[in-house]
Amino acid sequence: MSPVSTILTKTDVKRIAALAHLELSESETERFTRQLDEILTYFDRLKQIDTTGVAPTTHPVTSVPVMRADDPHLSMPRDKAMANAPDSDSTGLFRVPKVIG
Amino acid sequence: MRVSSIQTVTDIRAAIQAGVTAVEICQQFLDRIASHDGPIHSFTHVSADRALKHAAAVDRRGPHYPTLPLAGVPIAVKDNICTDGIPTTASSRILDGFVPPYDATVVERLTHAGAIVLGKTNCDEFAMGSTTEHSVSGPTKNPWNLDRVPGGSSGGSAAAVAARLAPLALGSDTGGSIRQPAAFCGVVGLKPTYGRVSRYGLLAFASSLDQIGPLALTVSDAAILLQVIAGRDPNDATSANVAVPKFEAALGDPLASPTIGVPWRILEDGVDPSVSSAFSAAIDVLETAGATIVDVSLPHTEYAVPVYYLVAPAEASSNLARYDGVRYAYRAPNSGADTTLGHLYNRTRHDGFGDEVKRRIMLGTYALSAGYYDAYYLKAQQIRTLIKADYDVAFKRVDAVAMPTTPTPAFKLGARTDDPLQLYVGDVFTASANLTGLPALSLPCGRNGSDLPVGLQLVGRAFDEGTLLQLGLGYEQQAPWWLDAPPAAAITRT
Repeated sequence: MSPVSTILTKTDVKRIAALAHLELSESETERFTRQLDEILTYFDRLKQIDTTGVAPTTHPVTSVPVMRADDPHLSMPRDKAMANAPDSDSTGLFRVPKVIG
Repeated sequence: MRVSSIQTVTDIRAAIQAGVTAVEICQQFLDRIASHDGPIHSFTHVSADRALKHAAAVDRRGPHYPTLPLAGVPIAVKDNICTDGIPTTASSRILDGFVPPYDATVVERLTHAGAIVLGKTNCDEFAMGSTTEHSVSGPTKNPWNLDRVPGGSSGGSAAAVAARLAPLALGSDTGGSIRQPAAFCGVVGLKPTYGRVSRYGLLAFASSLDQIGPLALTVSDAAILLQVIAGRDPNDATSANVAVPKFEAALGDPLASPTIGVPWRILEDGVDPSVSSAFSAAIDVLETAGATIVDVSLPHTEYAVPVYYLVAPAEASSNLARYDGVRYAYRAPNSGADTTLGHLYNRTRHDGFGDEVKRRIMLGTYALSAGYYDAYYLKAQQIRTLIKADYDVAFKRVDAVAMPTTPTPAFKLGARTDDPLQLYVGDVFTASANLTGLPALSLPCGRNGSDLPVGLQLVGRAFDEGTLLQLGLGYEQQAPWWLDAPPAAAITRT
């Protein structure tokens, strides 16, 4: 018997997918709900650890912020930078569908 | 030396001294790829013409070129590292047809050092995976057994080196992606200290964990490659302003009496018996060679997998937001009535990303979303601090920590594709080095009863790759497993 979903529902997965701009089919939603729920259930063991007062580590090697001299320099030519765009025009614009439906 | 028997950088240096040209060496490796890579599929793109042109340019440098550290040395580059003019897709459909307009800093440094890029190697999509099965071009096979995975995500790089199709390769390691395939394929793999090597031009997966590093047949070849790619880069603000030692020279001057810590407690459960016995034998070799072995405690390491799989996907969900069908490569065709920009994003990302990438984007989005941040992301970052503190305590007593690279040898293709959690748990010994930023070396330490390689991992102090390389060389001299080539290799032992 498969475990009962305790953390994540299909509604949650649909909400997350919308936040991440991912379209999911119904069968994908079902599969990801099962897999992500299993993963998050496994992660529950982190609750066993008391982290009161422990500072979070966001970066493995602590160092001072790096500054560089603010000198002007040539950047990559625009047409080269845009060469990989699926749809752009010669004036340096990306062409996209209308934003508001 | 015959060109057909060349395997290592040392071999290539000797051949060039003896008058062999860079073009002849390059052609030799291109021939091997043509004749032997079919069943392995380690390369996704071979840039033969360009490689031969660069080799000819190295030859034209005349009497000066042997002074370059990698003069005429062919190298394979993982497909998530940008190469100017050579397609770079991170094995993803969403980057189909992407040709970078610039070289990653590591590639630029390779070129200046005289190295010849042979082509791009297969990987799990955006380096997310540990089997190289999550690739739009299909899986890479393990040269030791073509029914087995090569590991991942740098599986193409590890398989190419193991099969003698390239003497060196670059990989990237976010949770074990250099070391785990190195272990599965029986080669040397090094994840440098976070910040040791520039990430400029590496397609970002998890920016606080990613590092580029070498894969090679021998420890000294890995040291030579690390030397070339290491050091501060103005284009990567997180690259460290720390002096780079002379790694190769230091290899000749090993530590007199090193102390190595083994976290025996965390090796008690879940480790395949063949891995345990190869690891224990390797520890005996190190002890016989003069190391003092002590027991160390890393109590929070068992939480490295859940911590890693919260931190890395959270960073990935942000980094992969840029793939939207507007600026790079793939854009989904219009379909249905909804022709808005939002729909274009959703369709492009649905069609362009594979399942594992989608899973991780969603996991990270969830961990960062309102109401869940404290319970998941912040908690993981706090335990990351505790994992780091365990290592800080250990390194007061020891020069390196040793453990197996992986709990099992290479498993069968397809065996774990439907069970992501089971795959994640396999990162238990590798992920903590990324979370802490510490350098870690994997080297072959034997083979199991089915002739599959087992990896020994050494984790060191921050920016102390030198000690790991010295210890690794000391072991390799006692136990030169690399001399045995796998059955699918282009050349076997000569």
